[in-house]
Amino acid sequence: MIGPDGRLNSGNAGRLSRAPWWLLVLALGGTVFAWRAATSELYGDILMRILSGLGVTLAVTAVAFPLAIGLGLATALGLVSPSPVRRNLATLYVQVARGVPILVQIFIVAFVLVPLGVEALKWGSGGTGFLATLRPSDVPMGARVVAALVCAYGAFEAETVRGGLTSLSRGQAEAARALGLTQRQALRHVLLPQTFRRILPTLGNDLISLLKDSSLVSVLGVRDVTQEARLYASATFRYTESLTLLALLYLALTLLLALGVKGLEHRYRRHAS
Amino acid sequence: MPADPKPHAVVLEARSLVKRFGAVTAVDGISVEIRAGEVTAILGPSGSGKSTLLRCLNFLEVPDSGEVIFQGQRVRARDRDLDALRSRVGMVFQQFNLFPHLRVWENVALGPRVILGLPAAAARERALGFLARVGLSDKADSHPLQLSGGQQQRAAIARALAMEPVALLFDEPTSALDPELTGEVLSVMRALAAEGMTMAVVTHEVAFARAVSHQVVFMDAGRVVLRGTPAEVIDSPANERAARFFSRPGA
Repeated sequence: MIGPDGRLNSGNAGRLSRAPWWLLVLALGGTVFAWRAATSELYGDILMRILSGLGVTLAVTAVAFPLAIGLGLATALGLVSPSPVRRNLATLYVQVARGVPILVQIFIVAFVLVPLGVEALKWGSGGTGFLATLRPSDVPMGARVVAALVCAYGAFEAETVRGGLTSLSRGQAEAARALGLTQRQALRHVLLPQTFRRILPTLGNDLISLLKDSSLVSVLGVRDVTQEARLYASATFRYTESLTLLALLYLALTLLLALGVKGLEHRYRRHAS
Repeated sequence: MPADPKPHAVVLEARSLVKRFGAVTAVDGISVEIRAGEVTAILGPSGSGKSTLLRCLNFLEVPDSGEVIFQGQRVRARDRDLDALRSRVGMVFQQFNLFPHLRVWENVALGPRVILGLPAAAARERALGFLARVGLSDKADSHPLQLSGGQQQRAAIARALAMEPVALLFDEPTSALDPELTGEVLSVMRALAAEGMTMAVVTHEVAFARAVSHQVVFMDAGRVVLRGTPAEVIDSPANERAARFFSRPGA
């Protein structure tokens, strides 16, 4: 762990010992399954079926993640705000969203908040216009799931951004304000760019988590990769094959994301403070 | 020391400033005048409140009582007043505080572009001009952390100058530097003083203060115990504490 020189993981500097053997193991396993998928009709069939849900999985993740970061950023600014109202509102949201399981949040958003919201809009519209004809069933399940994921992940991102923001040295904010930058300009040009470089690894983790948690949309019948695999398996009783392929697909996606994040980190690391 | 018989206008003035940190009174009712075209050196032992006084002048520390007067106007601790004051009065820090995510020229161009609203090309032009003045033309495209401490501090001075301020505040600008690097920063500051830049400098560099300042303020325990010309304060101090401070070897 910590070597005599005080470094984590010291020694073992040889090329062989540093090689990513775990990746080789994965690649071998993946190759075996790719071979099976290419040669066996059954595996090819399952794979095509699962891949038909890939667009939904990627879309849910790609829409929810930026929104969650936006919500997290706004909440983080509330968490560090001098205004007790904003601070308490932000803290309340973070504590509630972090303290309720994501699955439960999905049910609550989908079956409680959305119908309530629709009713409120109808009531607010005064019985005329487009809003008056709105029904809860007009809000697609996919949108409800995205809303719930944004709500849940916004709380994580808020804590991440707040942590990054408070980790910057006070001198940065002082220099920015002493230059004459307004609070908003200081955030925009000095503090947030540094914060995002610093929290990039955590954001990458959260993106991977979100991609995995997008599988929860299947509980509302949204046909992402997980739902397709479940449907196929329950129709054919091919549980082992379907679920293994499903897991491998997620693994391939998350590994790709991890590599992408590593690349970004590398690009920014050189000049970070 | 350049002698100048005509009285200078007061640019920045503190009146009876008080700043407390818990039970400690860091600044205990201090009044100072920073006059146009002059260098005001603020000297004194560590913990005497020099930096706090300087930071009160642009409200990085909000004084508990007393007034700051900038160009005849009382400055109030609200954002609109402070942003106006700060964009006219530059500050240089002990730890440089360059923005590490921006290139050196971008550090210098940020204020002119964002605060003064210069077009990007003009802001870059201005930044390169000021970097040339502090001798850093060849480092414009570097990142701050690739520079030596002395170069970083000179870049920080260029950043402050690029706002074309009416006065500059220096908070121990050489205290984080070794003697060799201290020299290059002090020579930039000397050149500024010779051009008539209005400066308030908190420093431990007694020789520098003696050579360039018009007014020396000697502080101890949150109070000004002696003020006057360098000759009066440094060479023949009429105060026991100041005499002890300036008689130490190397001062």
